[in-house]
Amino acid sequence: MNEPRLIRGNEACALAAIAAGCRFYGGYPITPSSEIAEHMARELPEVGGVFVQMEDEISSLGAVIGAAFAGAKAMTATSGPGFSLMQEHIGYAVMAEAPCVIVDVMRGGPSTGRPTSPSQGDVMQARWGTHGDHPAIVFAPASVAEIFELTVKAFVVAERTRMPVIVLYDEVLGHTAETVALPEEVTVADRRKPEVEPEAFLPMLPANDGVPPLPAFGDGYRFHVTGLVHDERGFPSDDPAVAGALLRRLHAKVENHRSEIVDVATSHLDDADVVIFAYGIVARAAEEAVAMARRQGGRVGLVRPRTLWPFPDAEIAEAVRGARLVVVCEMNLGQMLLEVERVVAGSVPIAAVLRGDGEPIDPDEILAALDRDMEGALP
Amino acid sequence: MTTTAQVREHLRGWAMPHVLCPGCAHGIVGRAFLSAVDDVGIDPDQMAVVAGIGCSSRLVGYLDFCTLHATHGRAPSFAAGIKLARPELTVAVFSGDGDGLAIGGNHLIHAARRNIDLTVVLFNNEIYGMTGGQAAPTTSVGAIASTAPRGSVESPFDACKLMIGAGATFVARAAASEPYTLARIFADALDHEGLSFVEVLSDCPTYFGRYNKLGSGPEMLAAITRSDNRIAIPLAGKRSIPTIDPPDLPPGVELGTLHREHRPVFTGRAGGAT
Repeated sequence: MNEPRLIRGNEACALAAIAAGCRFYGGYPITPSSEIAEHMARELPEVGGVFVQMEDEISSLGAVIGAAFAGAKAMTATSGPGFSLMQEHIGYAVMAEAPCVIVDVMRGGPSTGRPTSPSQGDVMQARWGTHGDHPAIVFAPASVAEIFELTVKAFVVAERTRMPVIVLYDEVLGHTAETVALPEEVTVADRRKPEVEPEAFLPMLPANDGVPPLPAFGDGYRFHVTGLVHDERGFPSDDPAVAGALLRRLHAKVENHRSEIVDVATSHLDDADVVIFAYGIVARAAEEAVAMARRQGGRVGLVRPRTLWPFPDAEIAEAVRGARLVVVCEMNLGQMLLEVERVVAGSVPIAAVLRGDGEPIDPDEILAALDRDMEGALP
Repeated sequence: MTTTAQVREHLRGWAMPHVLCPGCAHGIVGRAFLSAVDDVGIDPDQMAVVAGIGCSSRLVGYLDFCTLHATHGRAPSFAAGIKLARPELTVAVFSGDGDGLAIGGNHLIHAARRNIDLTVVLFNNEIYGMTGGQAAPTTSVGAIASTAPRGSVESPFDACKLMIGAGATFVARAAASEPYTLARIFADALDHEGLSFVEVLSDCPTYFGRYNKLGSGPEMLAAITRSDNRIAIPLAGKRSIPTIDPPDLPPGVELGTLHREHRPVFTGRAGGAT
């Protein structure tokens, strides 16, 4: 480990990307994510990488995808309004299977909203923002150290699955400085390259895990990439059988890598009557609420998904088993709440602590909800 | 000009037949481009062609290079990513007039401003062909389109003037009816270091020609040459288009290499411009 030092969330994100091998950044300035671009503009050229400030967020992700096909590990970062513009190319990256990383530092919305306030209003957009049936991989760090860890992981998973991978955190985490000892080395991954000669190469023929090998443009494999439905040659097809199989494979490859992707942290669940569900910065307040409740003798635990999508169905179901109340806390008007309701399926009552005013959730608000919604939760 | 057999070497035979209509000149343009790639001596393994969405953009699927069929209008951004990440590649963009000048106008001008080393080919047939003949930002005043049933009233872009203004360091215009000139201009554009922009006057007999009674493909191409290099000028002779009187004829556009300069090329790397 390196010496502990004060690091802001956005800086940790940029440091992690470079450590993971990112050598291309294309982005557009937007609060509260701009520090990531600024760090990359300073540091990427120092390690032989490329920084380009594009004309908007659409072209930022376009450039990132182009760089990915040219062999680079590539990323962009933005916030809500820019994330909306990126949806077009998130879909392209899913369809064309371009490995890349997109960071969304969430701020208050809708629209221009509250640029310097935190929010968790983009969690469903991260899942469903681009059109069509598509899988999504989304990580939600809850600390500066986790921003580093999960940004590295995002590059690893992007390379292994040939997917755009999204890292979602909020304005508070982006701008908060915490003392962190960064690891001296990180585990990285590189995309699988073809083992066949160029003449025998079928660009969209998947390996057993559903992920096709990916050579870079210029490696001697001449192939076609398209956002249209395509066959194993990578060429457009109107065949319903081809379309159906492609869509199912795009989903299956994420399922095949599920154990590498899904990541859920828990604490104090063994004897918990009440299980708090929280992610991102809200999980920090929830941890404090658990500690406060425990001091009062309340049997309260926490389940904290670090992977939001694919939603950790089994892990959440297991975490709430035996509980008498589930409390979902999030900085929106109830988005992941819908997923928890789906998984819990009426087996346990659910209370919600929701805020959409751009202010972080306070541990006292969570305790007040426990007290209100379950008699005896806080003896 | 390279022989047909040599050009076929650069085509994906397995991907045929192609999607273009009979009489569409885009194939002539594609052939001239492939000829130029050979003349310049580019290794096909090191050639990437990126396209947006539209008839001209579908062309790249048939070229045996590294080809990327991107999103509508955004091809210059994908091409920028490829070129910046792997500078040893020769990178070209195929775009149509709707793709490049309407939805993708912003990306096009910023690629020119940065002077990234790309060759951009803009196929101008004055209409949206793939979606069924809607008016484009290049449609001549008075011309009929499915979304301009009484004749277009908007002023069209002069793409070359736009790109010179935006900072492109090589700007040329050529007609699909003159394939030899076209191939020579493409070779110059590919040779040029910096953002090269070539507007090609092409045709769309299926929609633009039919709606405006301009005849079939060969007749439209002949008219481009006869009429001072503007597809729509023959429109002026049509009584079906009352909005254009002969004295108000739009001036013919100039062909050939219109602008050439040397300016630092953007690389996005330490040490900056080359």
